[in-house]
Amino acid sequence: MKLLATIKKDMLVLVRDRWGLILMFAMPVVLVITVTNIQSSTFDVVGKNRIGLLVCNKDTGSLSGEFIHALDTAGMFNLSLIDRNANNKQFSNAMHAKDIVIGVVIDPSFSQQVSAKAKNISGKALTSFGLEGDTVNQFPQSKDYFSLYYNPLIPQSLKLSVRGALNSAVQMIQSKEVLKDLYFSINEKPLPDSLQQQMLSNDIGMAEIPLSSNNEKVILNATQHNVPAWTIFAMFFVVISLAASIVREKTSGSFIRLKTLPTSYSIALLSKQITYLIVTFLQAAVIFTIGIYLFPLIDLPALHLPHDIAGLVLVTLVCGWCAVSYALCIGIFAHTQEQANAFGSVSIVILSILGGLMIPSFIMPGSFKSLMAISPLHWCLQAYYGLFLEGGRLKDISINIFSLLLITLALQAIAVFALKRKKLI
Amino acid sequence: MEQHAIQISQLNFHYKDQTKLFSDLDLAIGEGERFGLFGPNGAGKTTLMHLMTGLLSFKEGSIQLFGNSINLKNKTVNKLFGLVPQDFSFYPELTPVENLEFFGAWCGLTSNQIQKRSAELFTILHLTQVKNKPVKNFSGGMKRKVNLAIGVIHEPRLLFLDEPTVGVDVQTRHEIVDYLKQLNSKGTTLVYTSHQLNEAEELCNKIALIDDGKIIALDTLDNLLATHQQPDLESLFIQLTGKAYKNS
Repeated sequence: MKLLATIKKDMLVLVRDRWGLILMFAMPVVLVITVTNIQSSTFDVVGKNRIGLLVCNKDTGSLSGEFIHALDTAGMFNLSLIDRNANNKQFSNAMHAKDIVIGVVIDPSFSQQVSAKAKNISGKALTSFGLEGDTVNQFPQSKDYFSLYYNPLIPQSLKLSVRGALNSAVQMIQSKEVLKDLYFSINEKPLPDSLQQQMLSNDIGMAEIPLSSNNEKVILNATQHNVPAWTIFAMFFVVISLAASIVREKTSGSFIRLKTLPTSYSIALLSKQITYLIVTFLQAAVIFTIGIYLFPLIDLPALHLPHDIAGLVLVTLVCGWCAVSYALCIGIFAHTQEQANAFGSVSIVILSILGGLMIPSFIMPGSFKSLMAISPLHWCLQAYYGLFLEGGRLKDISINIFSLLLITLALQAIAVFALKRKKLI
Repeated sequence: MEQHAIQISQLNFHYKDQTKLFSDLDLAIGEGERFGLFGPNGAGKTTLMHLMTGLLSFKEGSIQLFGNSINLKNKTVNKLFGLVPQDFSFYPELTPVENLEFFGAWCGLTSNQIQKRSAELFTILHLTQVKNKPVKNFSGGMKRKVNLAIGVIHEPRLLFLDEPTVGVDVQTRHEIVDYLKQLNSKGTTLVYTSHQLNEAEELCNKIALIDDGKIIALDTLDNLLATHQQPDLESLFIQLTGKAYKNS
């Protein structure tokens, strides 16, 4: 009776706090839609969203044209060409004007250098075969083939990918030239186009197989990655509402009355935990529903729920309980709402970074990887990813659930200790 | 032997890192009394009320309510008393009905008991018209009445009142004082503190003046006025506590 009355009171207080509801439900929905949209572009970078690349070809030879064609057909870039007479300043201005973050200025000696290097290699090869090759061109390799301009804000990984693509294009042209030289020297006739196509074909056999726990077909896209991750973030963000609610009650006149009534304050805290556990479950339900039904309407991949629905429910409940326990601790220790809000929000952001929600855990340095274990959000994310991305079942994620329960019980123990110390229970 | 509502014996108390506020304090409040506790700011009135209700704990001495030691851990004694704090002690987002449902349940009442008692209180305190509206939109006087209703929902034998009429209009003040007298006539012991001495004269039949943690006068109002040859409580208060402003 007491617990039910307290849950009813907490529910009523919660639903009458419109801003609190917006913070707990609308904000995460906006966040998950925004981040999934952005990340969806990253996932589709080889498809419809290519990287803009500004090219200034100062070379008049034919090989630079082939180089540009190779880049254009690589499937990675959306090329923009600028007049060959543009100077550095005009080139930079054009990058800014077109909002392009990477540019290439092809050196006037590009074709000459590639050709000379190819002749050099083919000559050496013929000599090593015991054949008489053309006189080795001693063209000095002192100049760069091209200059790469980039916005300093782009990630190093993107710059490395672009460099790799540019090198690959140059290598292909160079290889073609070497092959043509060798064929001509041996057969004294030009290399047939069909043979050239066959010999220089870039298509290599490679099977891409995403990891799957039970050989289930898995779907990998921005939605499957982001919806679980930001659902966890939303669940933990109840710290703002729950911790503030505890602090508000502690500092209000009603708390004095509660302490004099013949009921333990632990009932009030148990009620808050149940109420907010329901809230976290509803948050997950709302975000998953939006992922399933709304995302396809706004041109995002639809969310596919895991096969193990019971596992999904259990993980959601355990994640929610952990989030609520964390908020409970903050609410008990904080003296003011400002303290609870500031510490709660900043600590959740830090824990989500450590947990791999904002930066993938596989790119973290070793020291940070060991810190991940203390972030409950890491275990939540691993449990969800085990279900959503790897097609796992409950037994496959049992270690994550066990770790989460351990952290949750530790948080509950800290809360009870603090309440006893403050003589509240 | 006379049953005491409150029996304080040899009470010693001090806040952390402060000098002793109460030293060997003895006080007995009889059942059925309308007891007023008065004194300047910082005299120890609120602290004494918090000690009597278990909000503050003490190490030396004893406080008994109807023969039961006040004990934070054992809350059975808490059923015996109600508290009407000076600060509004309810959930402003909730209606009077919802507030009484919640606090009634915490007092151990059943759903039927709460409904019956709430209906009585809404009628007596003229809250029926607004019983389903959020308390946050109420006037100061209405909020005071809700604050009082919650304190008496479980029909306590002893009621602590800390400035129950502060900030209300004359009509509401009379309404509250009349209700408190009515409660007392049915046997509820009142322990009342306020700075409104004319109201105290109207309500209290026994008075204690407290200053610097010591009880400097304790008797019925008539006896105190006669002993100290003062016309009213305010004159007596100034005579015994001085005219200088105190807020230590």
